[in-house]
Amino acid sequence: MSFTLYPTDALFLIIVASGTAYFTYLRRDAQLRAQWRQVLVNPLGASAAVVLSLYLAIGLCDSVRVTRGNEILSLLDIIAAPLRTQVEMTYSAPFASTGFVMESSYAADGSLHRDFPRLRYGGALLSDPASQRAGDLVQRLFAGVALGALGSGAIYWLLGGWRRDAGGAHRGSLPRGRSCWPWLVLAGVGMGAGVLTTVAPYYHVFGTDKVGMDVLYQTLKSIRTGLVIGTVTTLISLPLAIGLGLAAGYFRGWVDDCVQYLYTTLSSVPGVLLVAAAALSLDAYMARHTASLTSLEARADLKLLGLCVVLGATGWTSLCRLLRAEVLKLSAVDFVTAARALGVSPMMILFRHLLPNTLHLVVITTVLDFSGLVLAEAVLTYIDIGVDPSMNSWGNMINSARLDLAREPLVWWSLFAAFSSMFVLVLAANLFADVVRDAFDPRLHE
Amino acid sequence: MTAYLIRRLCYVLPILIGVNLITFVLFFVVNSPDDMARMHLGERRVTQAAVDKWKEEHDYARPLFWNANVDGTARVTDTIFYRRSIELFLFKFGQSDDGRDIGYDIRQRMGPSLAIALPVLMVELLVTVTLGLLVAVLRGTYFDRWIALVCVALMSVSGLFYIVGAQYLIAKLLRIVPISGFTPGLAAAKFVALPIAVQVLAALGANVRWYRTVFLEEIEKEYVRTAWAKGLSESAVMTRHVLRNALLPLITAIVVTLPSLFLGSLITESFFAIPGLGSYTIDALQSQDFAIVRSMVFLGAVLYIVGLLLTDIAYAWADPRLRFGEA
Repeated sequence: MSFTLYPTDALFLIIVASGTAYFTYLRRDAQLRAQWRQVLVNPLGASAAVVLSLYLAIGLCDSVRVTRGNEILSLLDIIAAPLRTQVEMTYSAPFASTGFVMESSYAADGSLHRDFPRLRYGGALLSDPASQRAGDLVQRLFAGVALGALGSGAIYWLLGGWRRDAGGAHRGSLPRGRSCWPWLVLAGVGMGAGVLTTVAPYYHVFGTDKVGMDVLYQTLKSIRTGLVIGTVTTLISLPLAIGLGLAAGYFRGWVDDCVQYLYTTLSSVPGVLLVAAAALSLDAYMARHTASLTSLEARADLKLLGLCVVLGATGWTSLCRLLRAEVLKLSAVDFVTAARALGVSPMMILFRHLLPNTLHLVVITTVLDFSGLVLAEAVLTYIDIGVDPSMNSWGNMINSARLDLAREPLVWWSLFAAFSSMFVLVLAANLFADVVRDAFDPRLHE
Repeated sequence: MTAYLIRRLCYVLPILIGVNLITFVLFFVVNSPDDMARMHLGERRVTQAAVDKWKEEHDYARPLFWNANVDGTARVTDTIFYRRSIELFLFKFGQSDDGRDIGYDIRQRMGPSLAIALPVLMVELLVTVTLGLLVAVLRGTYFDRWIALVCVALMSVSGLFYIVGAQYLIAKLLRIVPISGFTPGLAAAKFVALPIAVQVLAALGANVRWYRTVFLEEIEKEYVRTAWAKGLSESAVMTRHVLRNALLPLITAIVVTLPSLFLGSLITESFFAIPGLGSYTIDALQSQDFAIVRSMVFLGAVLYIVGLLLTDIAYAWADPRLRFGEA
């Protein structure tokens, strides 16, 4: 057994590691700590953080890969092995024990029957699905809820929720608000996960798709793609935006002119078109130069990285503009003049004095952009310039399930799973972004 | 005023050259004409002679930036970059890879795109300005908080969902309008109604939120307090004072959408089979037709810049300080 690291895995892990580093660094900075506390004390912010952590955990599990024999499996693949391996013949509805499409079969006496065939895995342990299925599902549901309650109770305990001092006040390590909403969300998420662990190995919770693959498994795998696009893109655009923005605002003169010209030119091309053009060009380039990569997965991963690069290289302009304006303003403030008078080198002024004072813009923009990028993936994949068709992503799920809507009776579960899991992530990200902006934007506190 | 506009126009030219350079690098340097020829003729079994023939046919048989084989200015002018750029600036888009005249196609497809884009713009303005004002009037109430949440929820739904959902519900189940298609003339109304509604709905959440902030920023100013203090009614304050003074950001918002007016919404047009510029671009993307995509990128940038110029003019019109030459 050995570990395999694809480029986007490495970048994603780097991002998570630097995020963790940021929060450790934050412990020393009273103001930053107060701002993040404000985010976490807000019921919406904390609830969104709970949901985001769940997605992040799944994405992380899916980014650590081990080689087993000749297969490369992620941690998620191993945990969700039943989902991955229990492949049916074709469509089946959520929680079904029989197929969705009628099939002809010969009975023992040679007569021809047309019936819904039993599924190979969904509800396979029931001897008489018609009478037992509901009872079995309810049983598993209760077991799952109990498991989830225990699990989220344990997390609550770990975070110090029940630790009280003599006076009965909370002594937990987390900042505490007056609201119980975040904990309710945590309990809800935990119970949902509990139900999945007890039900999903025996039923297809979101049904199966045309080739019999479990839709829940595809949905879980899509999470990583969405997160990678939302975060790696930022990793690529941030250095550009910060470097150019700070330089333009501080040095002014021809540097400023060049940077302004660069971002005006880039932003004068309508966003989608620029991304589409760049992705199309890169796509054709990669089609010729990655023929040596035999593994389909490695190629798909490289294409995902390419998409992030394209999105990042075209998406830095708005933050750069903001940073430039802010630095222009800050450069006139006394502390910068003082630093300059003391002979501090320009680089030192840029990174020790100006960057920390513009960091709130970076944080706000990063969080705000995330949800847009997750949504953009689906759209770009629809126009064939997004992620590779072989990669699990919400865009690909929607794309391949779109024609299912024309079927009679309707096959709705693939679309439902993709849209709802995307909606929950983007909603959580949007709410989180709002709370972060409220906490970090100095204009709102004046 | 005229001098101002001329100065702005001079500023535009380098930007257009820059856009042109970007697209050129994307489409001719990253993928050389040889690569393009191989892509269209088939990757593997293709002779250099066939590649040269394809390049000759499609007018790519020149060096990219610098022609060392000729003398004088022709060293610069007898290159792909120069010829293609000049053509773009004269709006001669040349031929697509399957031999059609791109300029003709664009003119043909402008109508359907406009048939969707213009109504979208009107309806969107009407709906979002009304809702934005309403929310601004009700600021601080429960209604306001709920609207804010609904807006975030609307923003979080994938645009594809609105299209797929509307097509299924309105067109397939209720059979109110056809699922997709287009026909010229007034009969187009039944084809464009659904795409228009979907586009307005998809942008509603973000728009209402944005207009709300714009109006709230205006409401907090002193002159509004004065207007209230002298006893004007809420509607008078809102329409005569707040709305009029919020015109500048409104104009910016409208003009910025100008490129999408002509290019249409890429996705919507494609889903509803509207033969406009958006679906044209998507078809080109899917068939990897670089010539069309490059033309559309350039056209989009031109429209954006025209939009910026119009913003300047509109500012001058809407802002009396500029109109009377004080600033």
